[in-house]
Amino acid sequence: MIDKIFGSRLMKHFLRDPSALIGAFLLLIFAFGAIFAPVIAPQNPYNLEKVSLSNFLFPPVWMDGGELPFVLGTDDQGRGIFSTILYGCRTSLVVGFGVMLLAGSIGTTLGLMAGFYRGVFDAVVMRIADVLFSFSVSLTAILVMGLLGGGGVLTVVLAISLPEWVKYARTMRGNVLSVREEEYVDAAEASGASDFRIMAKHILPNSIPSILVVASVELAVVIMLEATLSFLGVGVPHTKPSLGMMISLGRDYIFAGKWWLVVFPGAALTGMVIGINLVADWLRDELNPKSVT
Amino acid sequence: MTGGAGTSGLSLIFVHRIYYMLSYITRRLLQGIIVLLGVSIISFVVFQYLGDPVLSIVGKNATQKQIEEVREELNLNEPVHIQYLLFLKDAVRGQFGKSYVKERPALGLIMARFPATFELASTAIIIAVTLGVTLGVFVSIKPKSFLSRMIMAGSLFGISIPTFLTGLILILLFAVVFGILPPFGRGETVTLGFWRTGFLTVSGWKHLVLPAFTLGMYSLAMLLRLTKAEMIEVLGEDYIKTARAKGLRSSTVIFKHALRNGLAPVLTMAGLQFGQLIAFAIITETIFQWPGMGRLLLSSIYNNDRPIIVTYIILASIVILLLNLLVDILYAFLDPKVQYD
Repeated sequence: MIDKIFGSRLMKHFLRDPSALIGAFLLLIFAFGAIFAPVIAPQNPYNLEKVSLSNFLFPPVWMDGGELPFVLGTDDQGRGIFSTILYGCRTSLVVGFGVMLLAGSIGTTLGLMAGFYRGVFDAVVMRIADVLFSFSVSLTAILVMGLLGGGGVLTVVLAISLPEWVKYARTMRGNVLSVREEEYVDAAEASGASDFRIMAKHILPNSIPSILVVASVELAVVIMLEATLSFLGVGVPHTKPSLGMMISLGRDYIFAGKWWLVVFPGAALTGMVIGINLVADWLRDELNPKSVT
Repeated sequence: MTGGAGTSGLSLIFVHRIYYMLSYITRRLLQGIIVLLGVSIISFVVFQYLGDPVLSIVGKNATQKQIEEVREELNLNEPVHIQYLLFLKDAVRGQFGKSYVKERPALGLIMARFPATFELASTAIIIAVTLGVTLGVFVSIKPKSFLSRMIMAGSLFGISIPTFLTGLILILLFAVVFGILPPFGRGETVTLGFWRTGFLTVSGWKHLVLPAFTLGMYSLAMLLRLTKAEMIEVLGEDYIKTARAKGLRSSTVIFKHALRNGLAPVLTMAGLQFGQLIAFAIITETIFQWPGMGRLLLSSIYNNDRPIIVTYIILASIVILLLNLLVDILYAFLDPKVQYD
């Protein structure tokens, strides 16, 4: 299966698709910047010894009053915007992939079992899923974080995963229902394979493409949601870097003409999400052209 | 019943349909009540046990007697299940307690903000659906044109920029740089009975433009992409080719044949977005200082004003459940193939 996904046909299509290439390139840049933030960043904005209030609100270097090493200017705490963005991307990606792993594994498992066993288990899981789906991931996450009054990065991952598993479960269950009647599943059942073996060896591999599509689309959604929560002040704590929080701090300075506080973190966030969406679009066209949502 | 076999057969089918629909609606309402009970249990736990409600009401310098009075008022001396039933009894009558901050009934405070949120959200929906579907159809008819490519690129930005950032960029552009639209508030309003509307003044409309586009932007891009995908699929179907081969005008084919079938999944999707719309309204209202329910919720979260938060959650649940039911019923009326099970 892995061969089929990353095999030569797919790779060839990928290299011929300019928007997929741009997307992957953007994603790689941001991932690289995030992973190597401590090496690349001219300043560690969360090390209080390195931050000086006298570097208050510098504009970007190419403008009057700009100073190196603050390439993109500084915020009202004297933190370099460029450095803070690098660290902020770390939080975005940690939350994005954290939710993908947690919600993805829970949702895939529940959807797989619901579709396989049907009956009461299916009914209960899918009714809960319907309710969470109609409340939407954003509303549930905002309310949960609001009630908890904030928390750490892990709390954010948990609060987003709580409604997010539904996306995976619905997709997975739909797949199981269509695959379950296939002859090779009947054959496996007739040969006496255990339920677990049938699910893990025969049904799950068949659903990997559509789960990958959901995962890529949702990565973008979750990264935007983390930024939103932090912007609203119910996301990661103030001691952690976050693009959403940077934009929230910069918001007060928009009317004073200090646009760089909002524009650069905003561009970073948008660039990262566009990169993911371009790759997700390509994956969807390539792996399951039928589904659109 | 006098019209012969044909008519009575038809009316029998009709009676059957009504019967199934009613039993479907009843079942959905029962499910809705179960969900509301679940929400009420969560709200109850949050209300009575998260943090210290007594301290929030009486303040730090309260005497023992005041504390006892408030404990009595909140039924904290009763067993848990009695506490829950009393909470439920009050909730059913719309009594969710008083705001800690404003010391007025929570329900009234929230409902006073309802018109502002309703006007903002309905304008945003109208913008998102009309522009989303129109542009989506255009792009599906002329996928290779330059304009279509620009629209699709725009829609990629639309789904990649979070609502709060869209709002700030619009403020930066139209209020700060060009200075043509107001960045904050609702402008002048006119009071009609209990309803304060911004629809009747020029300043009200001016103040509505930026928040409504901010709130609608993500849905607009989403619906545009969905419409395009559905239309392209439908336009490739055999019956469309047949209709074209018959020599029908291409506008007839597109609007009478294709759009009708392509639009159903789009409308379903739009109908399922209410929860998200409410969430995005919280964000939009906060950015534009729009005096609606969402902004009240967020300030209540900052102030830990729990009666307001709990009331808001229960109201939002009721609204979402009812709207979803309404969409399902409308959908069933429009599309006779829908099965109720």
